[in-house]
Amino acid sequence: MTTELGMPTVLSGLAGVPHLGPDDAKQTRKDFTAGAEVRWCPGCGDYAILAAVQGFMPELGIKRENVVCVSGIGCSSRFPYYLDTYGLHSIHGRAPAIATGLVTARPDLNVWVVTGDGDALSIGGNHLIHALRRNVNLTILLFNNRIYGLTKGQYSPTSEPGKITKSTPVGSVDTPFNPISLALGAEATFVARTLDSDRKHLTSVLRQAVEHRGSALVEIYQNCPIFNDGAFDVLKDRDEAQARLIRLEHGEPIRFGVDGARGVVRAADGTLQVVDVASVSEEALLVHDAQNPNPATQFALSRLDEETLSHVPLGVFRKVSRPTYDDLVRAQVSGAQEANNGPATDDDLAALLAGRDTWTVAD
Amino acid sequence: MEDTAAVPADSSRQPNDSRIRQIDSVVIRFAGDSGDGMQLTGDRFTAETASMGNDLATLPNFPAEIRAPQGTLPGVSSFQLHFADHDVLTPGDAPDVLVAMNPAALKANLGDLPRGKTIIVNTDEFTKRNLAKVGYSASPVEDGALESWQVHPVPLTSLTVEALKEFGLSRKDSERSKNMFALGLLCWLYNRPTEGTERFLNTKFGRRPEILAANLAAFKAGWAFGETTEGFAVSYEIAPAPAPSGTYRNITGNTALAYGLVAAGHRSGLPIVLGSYPITPASDILHALSGMKKFGVTTIQAEDEISAIGAALGASYGGAIGVTTTSGPGLALKSETIGLAVSLELPLVIVDVQRGGPSTGLPTKTEQSDLLQAMYGRNGESPVPVIAPRSPADCFDAAIEAVRVATKYRTPVLLLSDGYLANGSEPWRLPAVADLPDLHVEFAQKQDEAFRPYDRDPQTLARPWAPPGVQGLEHRIGGIEKADGTGEISYDPDNHDKMVRLRQAKVDGVDVPPLEVDDPTGDAEVLVIGWGSTFGPIAAGARVARRNGIRVATAHLRHLNPFPANTGDVLRRYQRVLIPEMNLGQLALLLRAKYLVDARGYNQVRGLPFSSAEIATAITSLATEGGLELSSLEETH
Ligand SMILES: Cc1ncc(C[n+]2csc(CCOP(=O)(O)OP(=O)(O)O)c2C)c(N)n1
Ligand code: SF4
Ligand SMILES: [Mg+2]
Repeated sequence: MTTELGMPTVLSGLAGVPHLGPDDAKQTRKDFTAGAEVRWCPGCGDYAILAAVQGFMPELGIKRENVVCVSGIGCSSRFPYYLDTYGLHSIHGRAPAIATGLVTARPDLNVWVVTGDGDALSIGGNHLIHALRRNVNLTILLFNNRIYGLTKGQYSPTSEPGKITKSTPVGSVDTPFNPISLALGAEATFVARTLDSDRKHLTSVLRQAVEHRGSALVEIYQNCPIFNDGAFDVLKDRDEAQARLIRLEHGEPIRFGVDGARGVVRAADGTLQVVDVASVSEEALLVHDAQNPNPATQFALSRLDEETLSHVPLGVFRKVSRPTYDDLVRAQVSGAQEANNGPATDDDLAALLAGRDTWTVAD
Repeated sequence: MEDTAAVPADSSRQPNDSRIRQIDSVVIRFAGDSGDGMQLTGDRFTAETASMGNDLATLPNFPAEIRAPQGTLPGVSSFQLHFADHDVLTPGDAPDVLVAMNPAALKANLGDLPRGKTIIVNTDEFTKRNLAKVGYSASPVEDGALESWQVHPVPLTSLTVEALKEFGLSRKDSERSKNMFALGLLCWLYNRPTEGTERFLNTKFGRRPEILAANLAAFKAGWAFGETTEGFAVSYEIAPAPAPSGTYRNITGNTALAYGLVAAGHRSGLPIVLGSYPITPASDILHALSGMKKFGVTTIQAEDEISAIGAALGASYGGAIGVTTTSGPGLALKSETIGLAVSLELPLVIVDVQRGGPSTGLPTKTEQSDLLQAMYGRNGESPVPVIAPRSPADCFDAAIEAVRVATKYRTPVLLLSDGYLANGSEPWRLPAVADLPDLHVEFAQKQDEAFRPYDRDPQTLARPWAPPGVQGLEHRIGGIEKADGTGEISYDPDNHDKMVRLRQAKVDGVDVPPLEVDDPTGDAEVLVIGWGSTFGPIAAGARVARRNGIRVATAHLRHLNPFPANTGDVLRRYQRVLIPEMNLGQLALLLRAKYLVDARGYNQVRGLPFSSAEIATAITSLATEGGLELSSLEETH
């Protein structure tokens, strides 16, 4: 098993995963395309995400047989069948738990979790927040179509209040989760949002997520043309998008809109506000700090986004370094084995079984 | 430290000492407040007894509350030990000696103590206030209420405080050592060695010299008290029990089970990954395994039982031996994932240490009521091999067997222990590591043809185990029905019918040894058959019945799914079949349904193991019902 150090101090998410050698054939999108017939509805946003991932995977330069995609249940969770890697289509909501065991047992694998808004935030909410807080080395793609697709259109934990669906004929009364706020609240070390239709942005976020060592949560706004069509249309119309999308860049002042005319400042009461840049000095603009260990400002940014999608920050909210659960667990095991001068022997086992108090019965 | 008591360095006395009486077995129950350290006292006494070569069995019994109010009935904790110069099958039906550290302990346990037996009471705790707490208006030690028993009133607390007065401890701290005083006294009374306890205290309190000194002094003072007091005229000796030669230790079921898993990992060459969520009475397995890292054991304390089994299954998918440990309520949560493991056909060991149910039930008490949950508690046709250990030490072998079946057949396996096995203990003859089963596993190999993850071994019907990382074996599987062979998604009706039958056939075909019958006279007409921890009481009960002239055969089912192939033949060989269970007849239901035999249940769900006497009575009444056996009621041995 090769161990590659990414940056000098911070390990890459792919450290420990075997990379292609100079003699290995270059991988292409085709290598990552499985034979199974794709069964999503025509026009489903999942197609664009699949295409982006298949196109991006070869860039990683890692061995395809060391990639595993684990999913739960939902339209989105069919994803592994279409990727020609190892794949595990599990049960509803439990993919983060299963992936935690897999990653902990196998440091040489690059493990992805693909999940939906219902899968990750309803039935699997508990597993998601615990994977994030533990910082398991996983890339989690949360396909958020703000609806239950596979069960044919009930509202989900990200559906806007008042949503009319099959199960809420007079409107849902639930307050939704904001997945980014939730992940930041769980102190995930990498939190980002992107859009199914923006291939370039999606790819750039995925690249950063995979290279991050630890739990990387990527929320992908995904259109479900059948049960929640147009949920993100305002972010796809060129003019509307310009007025609403706030593209976050670490270390840059937060500006958006036509000619960067709008910006984000911290108001006197400490909250974040959207202003006309002209009305404030440029120095007053908030500089995005994705690396701040304190998630408070990143959280405040996630709250700019209202249900109406009036201001939608896109990009990497947070990227901080913290030891991963799986690395720490393995270090304890290997530390114990080193202290033992190697893995336990037959004699070690015999000593364990005997314990401290034994007696002998002679023939 | 100054020797405050006259304990001889070699504490065994001369065998011809007239003050020593030889007996063949005794049952002692230590009872006190949860804070009195009765479990530790029992454990130590057990260790000394084990090291003398007596056979033994123990039954700890403690409240679910960590510290119920002091001095109350719900706060009583007890530890029963049965030891003998012959083989011991149960912790004993009733104590011969009750050590009662306070009025609550006396009141809670007196009902179990046959008249004429011995009570040692700590009179210091029989204060007005403590008596009132349990509804005594006067002290039963003084008002004649205990006339029918042999009572030894001992002011244990004040004697302890007196023995420790030079240590400058507070009265409260001194009082804490009273359990060691009691232990010392009992060690004298039954001629137990003291070195082990001294060694134990040295390791336990080595870093706190004053506490160590106080405990040692209390222990020795208790011993000396027995030696010098008129009250105890004789002490007792119980000769070692004959046992096969070898090295022995005493072991509880939970420890044996954890060690079995470690040994299985070692013998397979694969890492063990345990996913677990704490629950009584299974948590000790998690505790034990979390200290086994040098054996390549990884433990993940998950956020809930679903996550715990998920992590274990994920690890199995990755080529490790995934294990999850729990009790009944946790098993309920794991059902869906067990179903996934059935469908994925991956090895997985699920340990259920059964406790009283339903719901939270009786967390610290034993029961066998999860058998049907283990067999059928999942959606769909979802067969899973089920194995149950029969005694604390057998948990070791049963755990190895569970791993063997799981890895050989690529299937989840349910291992059904229970609270009695978990905390009870018995002597265990240490196996030689080289004699343990070879559990070597072959993973799928790189190949030229397209990989078919659901091709089966014609012998075992197991599919290949193909952890990620091998070029050319990339494949995708899940809980959706898979096409036979290719493993691709399939909704084809005939394929589903075939796959359901294949999974069933695979489990039905697990190689289990034939059912053995113990029928000393060879002409019994009654068969008693059981499973799990009722093994001891059934064997002991049959022994009693046989002594009374009843011809009875016994059999024990270690494998509950599949049953041994000869089970039906065995059942049909007997006119009457009795199935004692600590549930309302779950094995009986399975055997009656599968073999169409008129087996009768003998059922009890009191959170306690059966006594041998009640089993003997049940055997006798079934054997003599309608005149059967009446002719043969003469002594057989
Ligand atoms: C235990 C369990 N409960 C319920 C279901 C039914 N179910 C399947 S997918 C799903 C919701 C999926 O929604 P989401 O995660 O948003 O995925 P999408 O289909 O929208 O991609 C539900 C309720 C199930 N498969 N398993
Ligand atoms: S129902 Fe919606 S989410 Fe599901 S496949 Fe169809 S379009 Fe996509
Ligand atoms: Mg959805």
